[in-house]
Amino acid sequence: MRLQIPLVITFLAGLFMAVQWFVPHELGVTVYNELLNWGRIVAAFALVLGIQSLLRTHVEKIRRQREDWPYSAVAIASFVLMVVVGIGWGHERGTGFDWIFRHVQVPLDATMFSLLAFFIASAAFRTFRARSTEATLLLVAAIVVMLGRVPETLIVVLGETRPGLWMHAVMPDVSEWIMDFPTNAAKRGIIFGVSLGSIATALRILLGIERSHLGGGGGGGP
Amino acid sequence: MTLWDRLLELDRRWIFLGIALAVAIPIITGYALPQGRPAPPTVRLFQFVEDLEPGDVVMVAFDYSPSSMPELHPQAYAVVRHLLQREIRVLSVSLNPQGTALGREVLAELAHELDAEDGVDFVHLGFMPGGSQVILGMGESITRVYPNTPDGRRTADLPVMEGVRNYDDIALLVDFAAGNLPFSWIAFAGERYNQEIAAGITAVMATDLYPYLQSGQLIGLINGLKGAAEYELLLDLDPVEAPGMLGMSAQAIAHLLIIVLVIVGNIAYFASGRHRRR
Repeated sequence: MRLQIPLVITFLAGLFMAVQWFVPHELGVTVYNELLNWGRIVAAFALVLGIQSLLRTHVEKIRRQREDWPYSAVAIASFVLMVVVGIGWGHERGTGFDWIFRHVQVPLDATMFSLLAFFIASAAFRTFRARSTEATLLLVAAIVVMLGRVPETLIVVLGETRPGLWMHAVMPDVSEWIMDFPTNAAKRGIIFGVSLGSIATALRILLGIERSHLGGGGGGGP
Repeated sequence: MTLWDRLLELDRRWIFLGIALAVAIPIITGYALPQGRPAPPTVRLFQFVEDLEPGDVVMVAFDYSPSSMPELHPQAYAVVRHLLQREIRVLSVSLNPQGTALGREVLAELAHELDAEDGVDFVHLGFMPGGSQVILGMGESITRVYPNTPDGRRTADLPVMEGVRNYDDIALLVDFAAGNLPFSWIAFAGERYNQEIAAGITAVMATDLYPYLQSGQLIGLINGLKGAAEYELLLDLDPVEAPGMLGMSAQAIAHLLIIVLVIVGNIAYFASGRHRRR
C-alpha cells in the first residue's frame, strides 16, 4: 500500500492536470486552483527541508571535525545571523538584513562570479585551438560573434578607417545571422530532443514505471 | 625552448593581470566607447513599451541573484525607468529569493528619482516560493497568489491593482533572469495564458532563448550587458551615468584581449610545431 497509494495519487493528479489543460470547465478550474495552492505550500515545505538538510550536513561536519570544518561553522553562524536579524527587525529596505545583503552577500556573490572572466581568458588562450575543421569553424564563429557583440573594439583596433567603419557596420549583422540560423537550427534540434525526453519521462512517472521520485534510490521499474 | 614554446607556457597570472587591467581601467577612468546600433531584439522590446498607453500594466520579474547583477541590474534599471517615465504601472514579483531585494532596490531608487508613488504607480510583491505554480496561479488571480505585499498591505486594495485580476490585464511581462525561469514563464504564462513576454538575460543564455524569439514566444530580448547598453542608448541616457554603457567599455576591451589571446595562442601553437606532435 505504501507504494500503490503514492502511485495512484501521482497518476490521478497528473491525468487531471493534463486533461484540465484542454477542458476549461468551471469545476476543473476550481480543483486546478486548489492544486496550485497545494503546490505552493509543498514548495514552501521544500524550503524547510532544504534548510534542515543544509544544517544537518554542516553540523555533522563540525561534530566530526572533518576537513575545512571551520567553514561549516561560518555557514551556520551566517545562517543564524540572517534568520535572527530578518525575523527580529524585518527585511525591508534600510533594515540590518538589507544592509548585510547589500554589503556582504552582493559583493561576495559578484566576486565569485567575476572570477569566471579570468578563467575563461586563460582557458581560451590555452585550449581554443584550430586543431580540426570543426574546431576551426567554431573558432571563427566565436570570434565573429564576439566582435559582433562588441563592434566598438574594431574602432579601437582599426581606428575610424574605411575597413574599421565597414566592419563596425557589418559584424553585428553577421553575428546576428549566426545566432538566428546555424545556432538556432542546432538549438531547436536539442530542444526537440529534450522535450521528447521530458514527455517520455512524464509518461513513465504517470504510469508508475519511473519510481525514483518516491525515494529509496533506484531508477525505474521494468 | 623557442619563443613560441615559451609563449605557450606563459604563466596564467599574466593573463589574469591583463584581464584585471582591461576591466578596471575603463571603469576607473570613465572611458565610454561609442555604442554600435542596438540589436533588433532590444529595439523590439523598446518599441513595444513605446506603443503602450499610460496606465497600462507591465509585470516585471526579478529572477536573478547578486552574481548576475553586473549584467542584469543595468537592464532592469533601463526598462523600469522607461516604464515609469511612460507612466505605465509596474507590478514586480520574484521567483528567486535573492531577486526580491534587488527588485526592491531598483524600484525604490527609480521611484525616488522619477517621483513615482509606491502602491499607485508601482508595487513590489516580492518573493513567492513555488516557481511554475506561482506563474500558473497568477494566470487565475494575482491577488490570490499575492494576497499581501511584503510590508503587509492588502494587494487588492492598492490603486495600482485597479482593474488587474490576472494576465488578461497585463500588457507585458519582462523577466530578468540568469537561470531557467524564462522557460517557465514562456511555457506557463505565455503558452497557457497568451501573456506577451520579453526577457532580460545574461549573455551566456542567449543561444538558449533565440529560438523562442524567432518563434514569437518572446516579443523582445535584452542580451547581457550589451543589451542593457543598447536599451540605455535608446533611452538617450548620458553614457557616463549609464551603468550598461560604462560597463560595455570594460567588456569590449576584455573581449578584445580574449580575441587577441586566442589568435596569439593559435599562431604560437602552429609556429611551435606542436600541431604535428599530436
